[in-house]
Amino acid sequence: MTAGTMIAPAPIAQTRAGHVAEVLRSEFCKLRSVPSTFWTLSAAVASNVVIAALAAIFVPGHLSAQDEASTDGVRLSLAGVHLSQIAFGVLGALLITSEYGTGMIRATLAAVPQRRLVLTAKTTVFALSALIVGIGSSFAAYYAFQAFLPNNSLRSSIGDPGVLRAVIGGGLYLVALGLLGLGLGAIIRSSTGAIATLFGLLFVPSILISILPKSWQTTVGPYLPMNAGEQIYIAVHHEPNNLGAWTGFGVFCIYAAVALALGFVLINHRDA
Amino acid sequence: MIEAVGLSKRYGAAVAVDDLSFTVPPGQVTGFLGPNGAGKSTTMRLILGLDAPTGGRVTVNGSPYVEYRRPLFEVGALLEARAMQGGRSAYNHLLCLALSNGIGRSRVDEVLDLVGLHGVARRRVGGFSLGMGQRLGIATALLGDPHVLLLDEPINGLDPEGVLWIRTLVKSLAAAGRTVFLSSHLMSEMAITADRLIIIGRGRLIADGTVAELLEGGSGSFVQVRSSEVDRLAQLLIARGAGVTHQSAGTLRVTGVTADVVGELSRANGLSLQELSTQQASLEQRYMELTGESVDFRAASDDLEPNRRAN
Repeated sequence: MTAGTMIAPAPIAQTRAGHVAEVLRSEFCKLRSVPSTFWTLSAAVASNVVIAALAAIFVPGHLSAQDEASTDGVRLSLAGVHLSQIAFGVLGALLITSEYGTGMIRATLAAVPQRRLVLTAKTTVFALSALIVGIGSSFAAYYAFQAFLPNNSLRSSIGDPGVLRAVIGGGLYLVALGLLGLGLGAIIRSSTGAIATLFGLLFVPSILISILPKSWQTTVGPYLPMNAGEQIYIAVHHEPNNLGAWTGFGVFCIYAAVALALGFVLINHRDA
Repeated sequence: MIEAVGLSKRYGAAVAVDDLSFTVPPGQVTGFLGPNGAGKSTTMRLILGLDAPTGGRVTVNGSPYVEYRRPLFEVGALLEARAMQGGRSAYNHLLCLALSNGIGRSRVDEVLDLVGLHGVARRRVGGFSLGMGQRLGIATALLGDPHVLLLDEPINGLDPEGVLWIRTLVKSLAAAGRTVFLSSHLMSEMAITADRLIIIGRGRLIADGTVAELLEGGSGSFVQVRSSEVDRLAQLLIARGAGVTHQSAGTLRVTGVTADVVGELSRANGLSLQELSTQQASLEQRYMELTGESVDFRAASDDLEPNRRAN
């Protein structure tokens, strides 16, 4: 099958399922074959585990007896999520914006003109990869924290109420946040624009709400993306105004779903 | 076979492609020519379904591009500039695209061999020269061993050896019955490579035909004749209805009659000739003639003064 040979007959049209499988394989190949994937995920795992270990070593010594009672040890062990979320968000956005930035998207869509299938495959491949790394690093962080604790004051067992859910939740939060990044990337198409919007959406509302009247803070505050999302990795809930673990996470997922749905609609209506 | 019917593309108020109709037949190299900004790349994107036309339609082998499920077997495209991510190796770039169309790893190795990139297959494409990037783009186009090839400015950035390689490649692809559609703004290259030419300017079709047909239509073909008795010859020619201009002392530029007529006329009247020849305008001149009206960007003065260029 070289250039000089006679034309080979066109291959038999793929079945729908076979076509989907091919596009998924292609998108997984893309995800694993750029160094940015390795570096962002490594940075995420490192920040989850290292921050958990550092928190275990240094925090207990600074706590008064009163503080100890009100500190959620599980949440503290997942403090690295505050940093690793940046890596997951950036990776999700870059997954599509880097294709637009380099022109790769044209090669992609010339190979698979079914654009929504491309976006669906990207979403699936990213969600599965992020789920494995997110939950894995969340468990690693939890156990690293337990291992480095100097005493039993903040210790918990994975069997304690809410603990398993919170540890898995840390990973789920990272996946949903990455998907929000991917959705914004599909809408905005520029790397800087998508990343700035993502972190603007996460951090700016919390700052704005803090200068608004108290009634706003209790009514609107719980529904802000980060406030809602982080409930899933808190083992013991103290704040009465906040949403429940799964309700909060559900609200967070709605933000990601809306962004992805908008990207899904737009991708067929814009020139590549 | 590529067929465009009334194809138009507007970006806001700007018209990139304006009611363009043409056919690119199989078994030939069809050159797609036009000055920069004429709409060549936009037309290529419209064919590939990357941009949606604002009017008209374009089909590849009878179907719109977006209806193909494994389009790499149908159409191979080398897109303008680079359509690749710098962090990925050449091998993986090809593999990712191949997988989406169910093409195996062995074909990836084959096309890498074919374009001469085997030695650098594991290197990141970000470090590739312009020429290597072009070769990788061509490898991408050949992945599915397609019936139709769209190559947008394929010789850009290639060294003379690379240019020759492309020329040989596209000719052999066409000889095997494939449809080859090749864009360029260089007429000199097209004159050697293409069998047919489609010339556009400001998004509109200017000319469409074989290279010979395009040359015939030009004003550039004339008879050059040198004689010691040019004044007498000129009178005789004008009497025969020919257009005559004095080119230099003793030399006439004759249009409207063939060299045979000029020769006969001279012999019949006993005039001696020192030179008699038919001058064919080059394709380059014909191209300039055709597109002269539709160039968007041109230096204010065509002949830059040498002393201003020196600094």
